[in-house]
Amino acid sequence: MTWHAVIGIEVHVQLRTATKMFCSCAIPAEGDLPNSKTCPTCLGLPGALPVPNKAAIEKVLAVGSAIGAAAPATTIWDRKNYFYPDLPKGYQISQLDFPLAAHGSIEVTTSTGTSQVRIRRAHLEEDTARLRHEKGSDGRRSSLIDYNRSGVALLEIVTEPDIRDAETARRYAEELRLLLRTIGAADAEMENGQMRVEANVSIRPSEDAPFGTRTEVKNMNSFRSVEKAIAYEIARQAGILEGGGSVIQETRGWDEGSETTYTMRAKENSHDYRYFPEPDLPPLTITADWLSQIVAAIPEIPSVRRGRYVTQLGLSAYDAAVLVGEPHAAALFEAARSTDATIDVKTLANWVTGEYLRAAHDGAEAPDPAQFAALVGAVSRKDINGTTGKELFAELLNGPFDVRKAIADRGLGQISDQGALRALAAEVLAAHPQAREDWKAGKHQALGFLVGQAMKASKGRGDAAQLGEVIRALLDS
Amino acid sequence: MSGASLRRLTAAQLRDAFRAGSATSRAVTDELFAAIEHEDGVLGAWLYLRRDEALAEADRADARYATARAAGAAALNELPPLLGVPVALKDLVNLTGTPTTAGSRILEGYISPYDATIASRLKSAGAVILGKTNMDEFAMGSSTEFSAYKKTVNPWGIDRVPGGSSGGSSAAVAAFHAPLSIGTDTGGSIRQPASLTGIVGLKPTYGRVSRYGIVAFASSLDQVGPFARTAYDAALLLHAIGGADAHDATSSRTPLDDALLNLPNGDAAATAIRGKRFALPKEYFVAGMEPGVEGAVRDAVATLEAAGGVVEEVSLPSTEHALATYYIVAPAEASANLARFDGVRYGASKHGGGDLLSGYLETRGRGFGPEVRRRIMLGTYALSAGYYDAYYVKAQKVRTLIARDFDRIWSAGFDAIVAPTSPQVAWKFGVKMSDPVSMYLADACTLPVNMAGLPGVSIPCGLSEQLPVGLQLIGKPWSEAELLRISAGYEALTASAPWREVMPHDLSKLGGGAS
Repeated sequence: MTWHAVIGIEVHVQLRTATKMFCSCAIPAEGDLPNSKTCPTCLGLPGALPVPNKAAIEKVLAVGSAIGAAAPATTIWDRKNYFYPDLPKGYQISQLDFPLAAHGSIEVTTSTGTSQVRIRRAHLEEDTARLRHEKGSDGRRSSLIDYNRSGVALLEIVTEPDIRDAETARRYAEELRLLLRTIGAADAEMENGQMRVEANVSIRPSEDAPFGTRTEVKNMNSFRSVEKAIAYEIARQAGILEGGGSVIQETRGWDEGSETTYTMRAKENSHDYRYFPEPDLPPLTITADWLSQIVAAIPEIPSVRRGRYVTQLGLSAYDAAVLVGEPHAAALFEAARSTDATIDVKTLANWVTGEYLRAAHDGAEAPDPAQFAALVGAVSRKDINGTTGKELFAELLNGPFDVRKAIADRGLGQISDQGALRALAAEVLAAHPQAREDWKAGKHQALGFLVGQAMKASKGRGDAAQLGEVIRALLDS
Repeated sequence: MSGASLRRLTAAQLRDAFRAGSATSRAVTDELFAAIEHEDGVLGAWLYLRRDEALAEADRADARYATARAAGAAALNELPPLLGVPVALKDLVNLTGTPTTAGSRILEGYISPYDATIASRLKSAGAVILGKTNMDEFAMGSSTEFSAYKKTVNPWGIDRVPGGSSGGSSAAVAAFHAPLSIGTDTGGSIRQPASLTGIVGLKPTYGRVSRYGIVAFASSLDQVGPFARTAYDAALLLHAIGGADAHDATSSRTPLDDALLNLPNGDAAATAIRGKRFALPKEYFVAGMEPGVEGAVRDAVATLEAAGGVVEEVSLPSTEHALATYYIVAPAEASANLARFDGVRYGASKHGGGDLLSGYLETRGRGFGPEVRRRIMLGTYALSAGYYDAYYVKAQKVRTLIARDFDRIWSAGFDAIVAPTSPQVAWKFGVKMSDPVSMYLADACTLPVNMAGLPGVSIPCGLSEQLPVGLQLIGKPWSEAELLRISAGYEALTASAPWREVMPHDLSKLGGGAS
C-alpha cells in the first residue's frame, strides 16, 4: 500500500560570531586544546553570570527577516533545566515563548517542483560541551568533557510538519544552509557538527488521515544521509505497519555504515524541563530602528537571486542554481559584471561555474574581478580563443595583471582573418598529402588531424571553427 | 594612638588616622588578626583568614600614604577612602586563590579561580581583605545556624544567634573584628543580622551592586551590600563596590551618587531630618512582634518626629502575601541556580562508583544540608509542569502588586518608609531549627523590600532585653544616599542616648582562641 510521510525538521546551527553567546570566550577552532576556550561563565563556575552577545542576536534577526518571519517587540530568555555532564549550569539558556523569529518560510526546489516550507520558529540558545568516551590509562572506560563548545551561540530552527518526502527534506536543509552562509550568519559545515539536522518522521495511509506516531532521527552527518535516513525511516515504519505492528515514539540514530536507523532513546517519560524566565538577563527590546538597520544590511537571499538571474539575465535555471549555490561564485559573478556592464552574462556564468569553481575546488582564491571580466570579454568577442583564455585564467589565479595588455604584447590575439587562415590551411595540406588522400577515401578523422596541425602551426591562436571550414573547403575543392 | 583602641575605630576614623600618619594599616590589620585569633573560638565568625596577603595589602597601603603625605595634602585627598581599611567578605564572594564555600559542604575544597566584581573593586580601592565569614548554607537561613561549618554567636549574647544569612559578616563587625564587611541580602540577610547585632546594614537597590562572582541564591532578589558601625562608613563601602558592571546584565547604569562620599555628620546630619516625610506601614507591626522591639521602633519614630520629621501611618496591603510569594520565587530560582553543584567539575563529588544518576543523587544528597534541600524541592515543585501557573506565575503577579504598594508611597511624596527590621531580638540557638516556618517569619519585615527591588537599611535604634533592636528605612530606587543621610541624622540625634553606651560583650575576656 502507499504511505504518506509527514516530516518536520529541526536544525541547530552554530552562529558565526567572534565570541560565545553569553561570555567573551573566542569560538573554538580545529586543533584547540580541550578546555582552552573557557571562562567562569561557560564553565558554570559559582557566581558567574551571562551577558548576551549582541552580534548573535543580530544574526538571528537577520535570518528571521530573510525568511519573512516576525520579530517580537520584546523577548526574554528562559532557563531549560536538566542535568547532564555536558551542561555546566544544569540549565540551558534558551527561548521558549518569545523566539527571535516566528512564522517564516523557505522556498525549496526539488526534482518535482518548487514549494514553501513553513518555519514555525527560530530562537537563540547556547551550545553544550562535548563529551568524549574513552578508555583511560587504567583501561577503565571514562568520560572526558571538553567545554570549548559550551556556550557557543546556537540557532535552533524548527519547521512546521510540511515536508512530504526525503528529497524535499534534504533540499530544505541545503537551502537553509545556503541562506545562512549567504547572510553570513553561519558557516554551517555539517561534517564538523556546526549544523545538526534532526527529522521528525511519521507516516499515514492518506493525505487527510491524522498524523501517525513519529520518531525522531538524529546523527545525520551530511545532506546525503539526511535524505537516506528519512527514506529508510519511512520504509521502516511502513514495514512495521504493514506487518500489523505499531511504530514506537522514540529517538533513533542514523548509522552511516549499515545505512539503517537504530533506537537511541525510548520515549523519555515526557521530560519536564521546568522552563522559567532567566532572572540573570533583563528582557530584550527590539526597536524598529535597530531592526531596520539589520534588515538593510542583509544581502539578496538565494531564492530571490536565482529568480533574478533567470528572468532578468536570461541564465538557465541550472546555471543560476550553481552560481547562487556557492556564495563566493555569485560574488565573483556580480563583481565581474559590475566592472563591465556590457559583458556577455552567459559566457561569464559559464566561466564562473566552469573554470572558476573547478579551481576554487582545488583551493584557488577568486581572481581579480576586473581582469577576469576583461578575459571573459576577450573570449566572448573572439579576440582570443578558449585555449588561450584558460591559460590566461590560470595566470590570473596567481595574481592580477593587465589582461588586455598581455594579449596585445604577447600577440595572443586570435587569427580569424580569412586570408591568414587560408594560408595556414594551404601550408598544412601541402605538408600532409596523405591526409588529403585519407579524406578522399572517406576517413573523416583526417579533417580533425589537419585542423590540429593548423592550430599547432598557429601556436594555438587560430580560430579552430573557422579553420575547420577553410580546410574542408580546400579538401573538397 | 594606642594599639588597643585601633580595632574599635570606624572606617572613616581609620582613613583620617592613616592620612594623618597617626596610625598604619599594618598596625590595625595586625591588631584585628590578633583579636580574631584570640576571640574567634567563641565568636565563630570566620571561615577563612588571609593574614599574609592582608598584611601585604596593608603595607602597600601604608607606602602609598607615606608617598602621598610627602607630596602634600592634595595628594592625600586623592587617595581612595578605603585605602588600607580592612574589610571582611561573606564566604560567597569569589576571591582569586581563596576558598569559597557558601557555607556548604558541596563546595568544600573549592578555590576560586576568579574575582567577583566587588572583590576586584575592593582591591583597586586599596582595601585590606581580611578573609571570609560564616553564613547560612547558600544564604538560606536567618540565624547562620545552617552553616555546614560552624556556629557563629551573637557578640551581645553568646547563647544567641547573630541573625542570618550574613551572620558571620555582621558578628565580625559588631565584635570589632573588622570595621566593614560585605553581606548579601535576598530576603533580609543583611538588614536582619545588622539588626540583631546592633550595626548598620544596607541592602542597595536591585542592580546597584554587581552580582558577578557572588554565588547566587535567587538572582532576581540577591543584592550585595555593606555592614558597618556607622551610616557614614556604609556609604563609603557602597561607593567602592557599586556601579554598573559589564559582567552583570542586571546591573544598572544609573550613576552612583557621589553624595555617598560626603554624608553630613553631627548637627548638619540631624538638621537634615527636618521636613522629611516618613511613612509608617501598619502591616509591619505584625502579630508576634516583641513589645520591646515595637517600643524601641516607636521611640525612634518619635525621635524623628521631634527632629522635625513628618510621620504618617500608611497601608501596604500586599505585605501579607509577601512571605508566601517570596517562598515560591526564591526557591524556584534557587532550584536552578544550585543545579550547577553536580560534582562534575568542582567541589565535593560522589561520581565514579555507579551510574550518572546515582552520582548526582549521592553528590547532591550528601553535599547539601537540610534547608537547602528543602528549598530546592520547594522550587522544583513550583516550576513543575501543571504547577507552574498556579505557583510561579501567580507569585510573579503578586510581586507586581507588592511593588505597586511601594510605588504609591513614593507617588504620595514620602521620603522613606520607617519600620522594624526584625519583629524580635536575637533568639537563642536552636529555638527555630525544628520549625522552618517560624524561621521564615523572621524575615517578614524585610523580604517585601527585595520583592520590590528597593533599597533598605537597618540601623541600631535601641535595646530590648539588653539586646539590639534595628530600625528599617526603606527608600525609592537609587535613594541609598538619602537613606544613609537620614540614618546619619538619626545617629546624630541619638548620639548621647543611654542605650548607645551599652556595648556587646568583650569577647577577649571570655577566652577561647581561634578554632
